[in-house]
Amino acid sequence: MKHARVLVNDEILNVTVNDNNEAVTASGDVLANGSFKWMPPCEGKMFVLAINYADHAAELSFKAPEEPLVFLKNANTLIGHEQNTYRPDNVDYMHYECELVVVIGKEAKNVSKEDAMQYVGGYTVGNDYAIRDYLENYYRPNLRVKSRDTCTPIGPYIIDAEQIQEPHNLTLRTYINGELKQEGNTKDLVFDIPHLISYLSEIMTLSPGDMIFTGTPEGLADVKPGDVITTEVEGVGTLTNTIISETDYLASLH
Amino acid sequence: MLTTFGDWAMYTYRQQESGQAVSKTSEATFAVELADPLLPATNGAVIGVALNNKDLVDSLAPEFDAKPYVNPPKTPVLHIKTDNTHIGHGQTIKVPIDKGDVYAGPALGIVIGERATRVSEADALNFIKGYTVVNEVSLAETSFYRPAVKAKCRDTFCPIGPWVIDKSLVSSPNDLAIKTFVNDTLVHETSTNRLVHSVEKVVSYISSFMTLEPGDLIIAGTPLRDQSLAIKDGDIVMIDVEAVGRLANPVEKE
Repeated sequence: MKHARVLVNDEILNVTVNDNNEAVTASGDVLANGSFKWMPPCEGKMFVLAINYADHAAELSFKAPEEPLVFLKNANTLIGHEQNTYRPDNVDYMHYECELVVVIGKEAKNVSKEDAMQYVGGYTVGNDYAIRDYLENYYRPNLRVKSRDTCTPIGPYIIDAEQIQEPHNLTLRTYINGELKQEGNTKDLVFDIPHLISYLSEIMTLSPGDMIFTGTPEGLADVKPGDVITTEVEGVGTLTNTIISETDYLASLH
Repeated sequence: MLTTFGDWAMYTYRQQESGQAVSKTSEATFAVELADPLLPATNGAVIGVALNNKDLVDSLAPEFDAKPYVNPPKTPVLHIKTDNTHIGHGQTIKVPIDKGDVYAGPALGIVIGERATRVSEADALNFIKGYTVVNEVSLAETSFYRPAVKAKCRDTFCPIGPWVIDKSLVSSPNDLAIKTFVNDTLVHETSTNRLVHSVEKVVSYISSFMTLEPGDLIIAGTPLRDQSLAIKDGDIVMIDVEAVGRLANPVEKE
């Protein structure tokens, strides 16, 4: 089953998504294209892994870390499928990061690696945009780089965990305007899903809806207003998003 | 005496009743027994401003020009206290026994009243509902290079309360004495006049890229954590912010 949240007439509905990727209401109605807006499919804490693919670590001139390098995002940054992300004026490098997102299904505290997969409720696709111009060496990567309004598309839906047979063998791809730019596979995760759940649940209690963005492989590129960015995780979903200018974004607020 | 004022009240607090979180108001301060704890006074996101105390920054200044920092911070340094950390007045802080010392983090809490996107410093106070007391509990931090998830995001590591006081009752938020008591002994004194970035500045800065929602909380800044702020199993820690309130919590081992 695929679960999504959509906005219809200012009301948020929980819907399912059928094999044609259409949103279906609880009463069985298929929502017409254009009659609704995709919302982020879950709410909860957001953990993001930095440098969790060996190839990406090399790309950034880092040695892969000895323990998971985790940072947090705030809810302000999340947007749903087919929404706009703004690029600040006068920055040199803004890039996407295609990631498999693990969604926690039940409360988890001090979970062993052996038991960890039982706590996965489902999976979705995340795009963890970063503005590299704003990096500083304090709590790096800081919230100004990673938790900006509109800078974390997620969705379109959560697919139930049991429908993903091999979460550690999924191809990730990112396209800019249809051109393949980034490709990797979750088999190259430095710290795999059980490791991450065990690690985080030793620090704190994880709750249903919490999200673990598992990191991104190599293949980053700059994005500009007008670009359509497609991030996909094999078997999980395809998440589309458009870059707009800061001017257009500010106009959209009024 | 407890009185409801509709949308306006001098003191707002939250309590558990019949398994539900209920928001309440009062026209005056009132005594709260530790045996009858409150819920966290707010229920939104909690963003902390690190390195926002002049004495702390002065003590670290020689390190800021060296690796890994290379340069002093150019912008306020932010972190997130995840929802598992939030507890109310009277609720118990659980400290691990095998992670080294645990420290209280006495701070003024700034509570957002209206959605704030790109607010100027001059307008910032218009978006604030009021203030609360925060104990930003933390393990020792040996470095500020990477996000402090392990040090700051353990369960119960962010007492908030007892109430939110209306901003009209706090005329000078940037000049409030903050006292910390452990087992009724005064152990530490600081003031919001030691903040590097003022209340208005941090609201304005955060809102420049993160939309703040009503109920969101900003921890204005914590002082240098020396041994006077260490807390342990069996202690009762109380933080008094002038004109705002007194937040007390028992401490037990995890």
